Amino acid sequence: MHGQSRFGLGLRKPHYAEFLEHRIAVDFVEVISENFMVDGGRPRQILRDVRALYPVALHGVSMSVGSAEGLDRAYLARLRALVDEIEPLFVSDHLCWTRVGGFNSHDLLPLPYTEEALETVTANVATAQDVLGRAMLIENPSSYVAFDGCAMTEWEFLDALCARTGCGLLLDVNNVFVSAANHGFDARTYLDFLPAERVGQIHLAGHSQGEALLIDTHDRPVPASVWDLYAHVLPRLGPVATMIERDDDIPPLHELLAELATARAIAIGTERLAA
Amino acid sequence: MSLLALQRDFGAFLRDGDAADAAPGMRVYQNNYRAQLVACLEDAFARSRAWIGDDAFEQAVVRHIHRVPPSSWTLDAYARDFPDTLAWLYPDDPEVAELAWLELALAEAFVGADVEPLSPADAANVDWDTAILRFIPTIDLRAVTSNACDLWLALAAGEAPPAAALLDEPHALIVWRQNLVSRFRLIDAREEQALLLARAGLSFADLCAALVTSCGEADGVALAGAYLGRWLADGLLARATGESSCA
Repeated sequence: MHGQSRFGLGLRKPHYAEFLEHRIAVDFVEVISENFMVDGGRPRQILRDVRALYPVALHGVSMSVGSAEGLDRAYLARLRALVDEIEPLFVSDHLCWTRVGGFNSHDLLPLPYTEEALETVTANVATAQDVLGRAMLIENPSSYVAFDGCAMTEWEFLDALCARTGCGLLLDVNNVFVSAANHGFDARTYLDFLPAERVGQIHLAGHSQGEALLIDTHDRPVPASVWDLYAHVLPRLGPVATMIERDDDIPPLHELLAELATARAIAIGTERLAA
Repeated sequence: MSLLALQRDFGAFLRDGDAADAAPGMRVYQNNYRAQLVACLEDAFARSRAWIGDDAFEQAVVRHIHRVPPSSWTLDAYARDFPDTLAWLYPDDPEVAELAWLELALAEAFVGADVEPLSPADAANVDWDTAILRFIPTIDLRAVTSNACDLWLALAAGEAPPAAALLDEPHALIVWRQNLVSRFRLIDAREEQALLLARAGLSFADLCAALVTSCGEADGVALAGAYLGRWLADGLLARATGESSCA
């Protein structure tokens, strides 16, 4: 646990001014790393200004730790430069792949949970951590397809990845719910077997019902089903940095702060029960 | 199947796969992939979209996504080839691709490298007889034949744009960032040539000599001074970082 950095928000463009002009009651903010991996100009200036006021977590979407062809070294160099400047609370990305053969999908694509994939992700995460000079948090993805021939469950895969690389986990509770619904496993079983001691941060978000599957849209409030899972897993985790992640249909800041207050109340209630 | 083979097949499906025969989950991924690219181009080329209309823009985006798969780690880079696609789709309407280029150049300048500009106080201490001009890195420049500038200005102001028109003489568009704001202006062919020479490393004295050769003694010297003043005022010149640099 990093000091008092318990409850945060994903910082998105509509709220930049409020975060800079007022002291918003959050312990940290999280930004999308790639939005600030630019050479200069206003985005970098804004991030420097935000960093002067709040601890910042860097959350990436393009590292592609699941790429069979390895990592993009130019990408890593840019991320390292941003890390050196911002000195973030956490550096995270997803258990997924985005890139193959010069093609970049810009989507978080699923991996088969095989020994070969585990070796690939292990090597890539180890490389990234070497370049970045620090441990990363890897986020469990939401997914819409599962592959035949998997040798392990997602939580077993993540457990092994953490053991082999020393990385931590960014537990996205909504992603567990979405994947559990889409693939027919029990979300509570997932949470019960996840290596609790590795979880360094939690994401809470909302989803939508698609034609046949749940879609991880991040465009609505955290639903009751996800709050229930959050309350279920917290006793295993202890105090852990938690944030609301909203990427679309961004509401007024006070609505997100109200959701964060709910997270805080659940966490405090859990801690009192444990005391 | 190896992980690499699986990823190649998956990528091929996203680009060209037939969704009708695909599992629901694969359709979700293909839809997400295309929606991301569409959103990227709509965001990057709002003025171009307003100019050619929603339907034509959508058709251009579909053609572009089919023609140019994304390759960079940053989605922002996906916008870079779209003006070329528009030039290909609208060969007789140069304003379409030129307007798109302007939008792209403004966006790229917005996130370009930070370099401290040469201030008037700095300029007063420069030995202009030996100075080699150094320019800020966010400058972009291209020849234009249409009134794309006027179209951009009208569309940005929410006004009815003028009709597309060809310029009477060759011009160029220069785009750069001053402080934190992207800017542009139309320049004539003579200033474009002077800028190209100066950016190529010609000394200011040699630039003056070149202008004197092409314009005569009085006009050449006056033009060199005017260009220097304008480039200083626009913040196009970079402050020297080493002792050997003059400006």
